[in-house]
Amino acid sequence: MTTDGAGSGPTAIIERRDLQALFDVLLQRGYRVVGPTRRDEAIVYDDIAVIDQLPAGWTDEQEGGRYRLKRREDAALFGYAVGPHSWKKFLHAPIQQLWRARREGDKTTVEHEPPRPERFALVGVRACELHAIAIQDKVFLNGEHADPHYRARRNDAFIVSVNCGKAGGTCFCVSMNTGPKVAGGFDLNLTELLDGGQHRFLIEAGSDAGREVLDQLPKRPATSQDAKAADAVIAATASSMGRSMKSDDVHQLLLRNLDHVRWNNVAERCLACSNCTMVCPTCFCTSVEEASDLTGTESSRSRRWDSCFTMDYSYVHGGSVRSTTRSRYRQWMTHKLSTWHDQFGTSGCVGCGRCITWCPVGIDITEEVAAIRSSEPH
Amino acid sequence: MPAQKPRLAVWKFASCDGCQLTLLDCEDHLLAVAGAVDVAYFPEATRGEISGRYDVSLVEGSITTTHDAARIQDVRARSNILVTIGACATAGGIQALRNFANVKEYISIVYARPDYISTLATSTPIAAHVKVDYELRGCPIDKRQLIELISALLAGRKPVTPAHSVCLQCKLKGNVCVMVAHGKPCLGPVTHAGCGALCPSYDRGCYGCFGPKETPNTVSLSRQMAHLGMDEKNIKRVFSTFNVNAEEFRAERQRHDS
Repeated sequence: MTTDGAGSGPTAIIERRDLQALFDVLLQRGYRVVGPTRRDEAIVYDDIAVIDQLPAGWTDEQEGGRYRLKRREDAALFGYAVGPHSWKKFLHAPIQQLWRARREGDKTTVEHEPPRPERFALVGVRACELHAIAIQDKVFLNGEHADPHYRARRNDAFIVSVNCGKAGGTCFCVSMNTGPKVAGGFDLNLTELLDGGQHRFLIEAGSDAGREVLDQLPKRPATSQDAKAADAVIAATASSMGRSMKSDDVHQLLLRNLDHVRWNNVAERCLACSNCTMVCPTCFCTSVEEASDLTGTESSRSRRWDSCFTMDYSYVHGGSVRSTTRSRYRQWMTHKLSTWHDQFGTSGCVGCGRCITWCPVGIDITEEVAAIRSSEPH
Repeated sequence: MPAQKPRLAVWKFASCDGCQLTLLDCEDHLLAVAGAVDVAYFPEATRGEISGRYDVSLVEGSITTTHDAARIQDVRARSNILVTIGACATAGGIQALRNFANVKEYISIVYARPDYISTLATSTPIAAHVKVDYELRGCPIDKRQLIELISALLAGRKPVTPAHSVCLQCKLKGNVCVMVAHGKPCLGPVTHAGCGALCPSYDRGCYGCFGPKETPNTVSLSRQMAHLGMDEKNIKRVFSTFNVNAEEFRAERQRHDS
């Protein structure tokens, strides 16, 4: 997982017909290969073993509260934007057992759940998602409260990233400086090239592990034409973002407007259903739950994804601190775009657009920021 | 553990018995339940006389007769902890549709001898009559939640029955949102979790069996369902099922009452 930056090594070309070799090598090396695949009329992340499981020839149409798959005119393997899942479902498990205790007579033993190392190969990781993983790394791997379970799943992860060949209708990575070009944090990086009727991938290694895998793949050296074609793909994606958000001053903008009437307006639409936080690739909050059995001999504690949109989340003695939807939406958005900077030194938003698409009523974070900004005197 | 096992009673009011049957449907856990508590009164499963006090009473069904209105007072008086189980007991059930109709007219149409029928004009939840300590939602209840509730009461801890949306359970399971990706109306965003997102897991919109979640925004959801093509009549209908008498669903139903 250590990387030495983008474009550090020589690039090569691997033909579409040879790409199965990448999966074979990763599987041979003992990785659990996960990547995009089509299921339930969406492109989700799941275990994949063969290249045919990638959503060849599919793309998506995304708008606020709307997602539809559509056929492409070509057979691109990565010709879509991000879907309902993010990689956090693998690295930061939705439900994680923490410990269990057993009582026998007067004796109680507590057994901590051991971290269970997993060697993931994440295939098809986008630039925004690499930034999201880096953000969760900062949350879970640093400081005195580093999370052993996250570490066990993250440490050996092999990342095959992809420069986006298509911007989604709710994408705004350009605004957040997180894409569409991958800029590090990968082992191998692909750019899918479909020009001139040739289906091929520009591939570069970003780590020693990546170079080792690349050595085993059938390939030819990349030409300057190939590099130019890759640049054109990325430029076309960058210029077709579905959304934009002026992000350089949003940190202070929101904090200046904590009593803005717009929070009331959005609260009238917001369902407080927590979908935005669940699909967000950086949201990391959890709740702990206790369980005990009927015989009173075993108990356990587990944690599960939680959301700042639930009442329990801000429950302290006597009640919930954020009882109104207005206060909960404001908490989520100001944390994501403002106070995240104070806490972690970056924005908590990577511009992937999932919170817009997967909001059942299509609330749009970029529109909310724009509305608050437009009310300020210029 | 106490030397004497807690006495448990299961009571039936106006209901279909489905929630009681959930207890019998606990399969692997049933022996453990029987081992942990003394099932002292449960006509659906065993013979037994009503006698003395019960540590825990599970109450199924709603109040629809004067006789039951008096009986629930007796149940409350005999119970240390009273738990309502299911949509009938917690909200009035599907039979609470009568609350919006003329019951006398119904009776004259449905029964050969209307004069044999003695019933109230309304179906009301148990909490409208006596103090309720815990409630389990659902039509029917979820057996995992029932086991959790009994385990928690035995351990003296709070049961884990969160009041957040069904959406959260969908996302934990990795379900693709049927509303966003398939354009299907779904009550999940306003419905209390607990079923494990059963219907959306089988590609159906949520029917709202578990009733309103905490702070449900039914107005916004209705607007979106209309946007997806649902007409006023059908919006009214989706809020007119097992939990029609739950405050927030009833109010939303009335908003679409044309």
